[in-house]
Amino acid sequence: MSLLDKLDAVAAARKALLPEGLEVFGTPIEEVYSATEARIGDRRILFLGTNNYLGLTFAPECLRAAHEAIDREGTGTTGSRMANGSYSGHRALEREFAEFYHCQSGIVFTTGYQANLAMISGLAGAGDVVLIDGDSHASVYDGCRLSGAEIIRFRHNDVSDMEKRLKRLGERSKSTLIIAEGIYSMLGDQAPLAEIVRVKNAYNSILLLDEAHSLGVLGKTGQGLAEETGLTDGVDFITGTFSKSLGSIGGYCVSNHPQLDQLRYVSRPYIFTASPSPATIASTRAALKLLRDGTELRRQLWQNSRQLYARLDGLGYRLGPQPGPVIANILDSPQQALMLWKGLLDHGIYVNLILPPAAPEGKALVRCSVSAAHTSEQMDHVGNIFAELRKSIFQ
Amino acid sequence: MSTDYNNILSRLCFHLKQLSSPDVVIVPETDLINELAIDSVKLLSLVMEIEDEFDISVPLNVLADVQTVHELANLIYQIKSQNK
Ligand SMILES: Cc1ncc(COP(=O)(O)O)c(C=O)c1O
Repeated sequence: MSLLDKLDAVAAARKALLPEGLEVFGTPIEEVYSATEARIGDRRILFLGTNNYLGLTFAPECLRAAHEAIDREGTGTTGSRMANGSYSGHRALEREFAEFYHCQSGIVFTTGYQANLAMISGLAGAGDVVLIDGDSHASVYDGCRLSGAEIIRFRHNDVSDMEKRLKRLGERSKSTLIIAEGIYSMLGDQAPLAEIVRVKNAYNSILLLDEAHSLGVLGKTGQGLAEETGLTDGVDFITGTFSKSLGSIGGYCVSNHPQLDQLRYVSRPYIFTASPSPATIASTRAALKLLRDGTELRRQLWQNSRQLYARLDGLGYRLGPQPGPVIANILDSPQQALMLWKGLLDHGIYVNLILPPAAPEGKALVRCSVSAAHTSEQMDHVGNIFAELRKSIFQ
Repeated sequence: MSTDYNNILSRLCFHLKQLSSPDVVIVPETDLINELAIDSVKLLSLVMEIEDEFDISVPLNVLADVQTVHELANLIYQIKSQNK
């Protein structure tokens, strides 16, 4: 098959699955009104699939900081940190992340995806092993591939399965990087961190925890699952993203290992890409302060999350195992998921549709992401629509 | 090849039978993706079962090169003999 024929085959498969004229993936958004509302076509919709957990995308402090940074330093850095230097904002944000986590050092990356690519490929290489949860995000899988290390998966959140694999490695467990996520992006459940840390210590491995979805969501000051469980010292490297709770774009890693800094010289996804723009850095710095002091935002977020989870659970929808801001409805077929997704959109609610092979174990998901900026009335309304759609979906 | 290999092959065929339609005949040359319609997600869960059964870990990297039933059986055989 030629290169282009392969793409035609992909297009044909997608066309067979999806109804004509429905833009399911990359739906055009015409106008954005707030952290939770926008216009699709001529319809006002509620965002219930973005990862805007704390609703900070329109926070006045962040907008102001971004405006000022553009005026002061321009629209872009037009180059990498390595070749074109580190602006004061990049350096300050790295210090602020390190302080926030009470860690020795921090590095900022251009996206969260690149943070994982950079960290995994910087830490592990040919001859090493990466031991990853089966439900890991694509950035983890891609980082592993880029590293050239041997990639071994364990069953999702199953620490005895993980330990079995470490045991099989023998001495090689010492050159093994274990990777888990604070909150898993697909089903919204949390990693059994205490168990993972215990096992990784017993086998002298290194642990990287991706707090992409748990930053701002878990822990007293919003650091994530490590803070929530009091295990920050047991995790070697914490990565995360600016693109969810911090409402911008970029990624980070913090650690107490002094070697973290060396990644700046060896990690290709850090070296060979332009650094984050001044506006991005400035709004992220403002958002990080709001996140740290965001006890009230977290309370509202969790109240909304529990409310919607309990309602959908009560309606008989099959959900991920644990309540949280990522609420995944697990459906038996892509057709069913598509019907639910379309039904919600027809009622002005825009959520994520995840079809195989992107969904775990070949399932189809309709995934809601709750925000602190949602109101209790909006969660009620969403619950009512799910109740109404139930009959037609499961008939 | 050794009986070990044959044993692995027959256990593998047993697992594959469960995943494919009853009228398909599975031989060593059978193509996992094109003939048995085993997609990447199914293949990964099949591999987990096999890993348990043979007490091995199959790295994802090498799995990418596997196309036929024989290649998968041989891969398991190789990993198993390395561990001895
Ligand atoms: C678990 C996880 N890690 C990393 C990322 C990548 O983050 P970003 O969107 O900032 O590239 C995501 C987001 O999609 C994610 O869900």
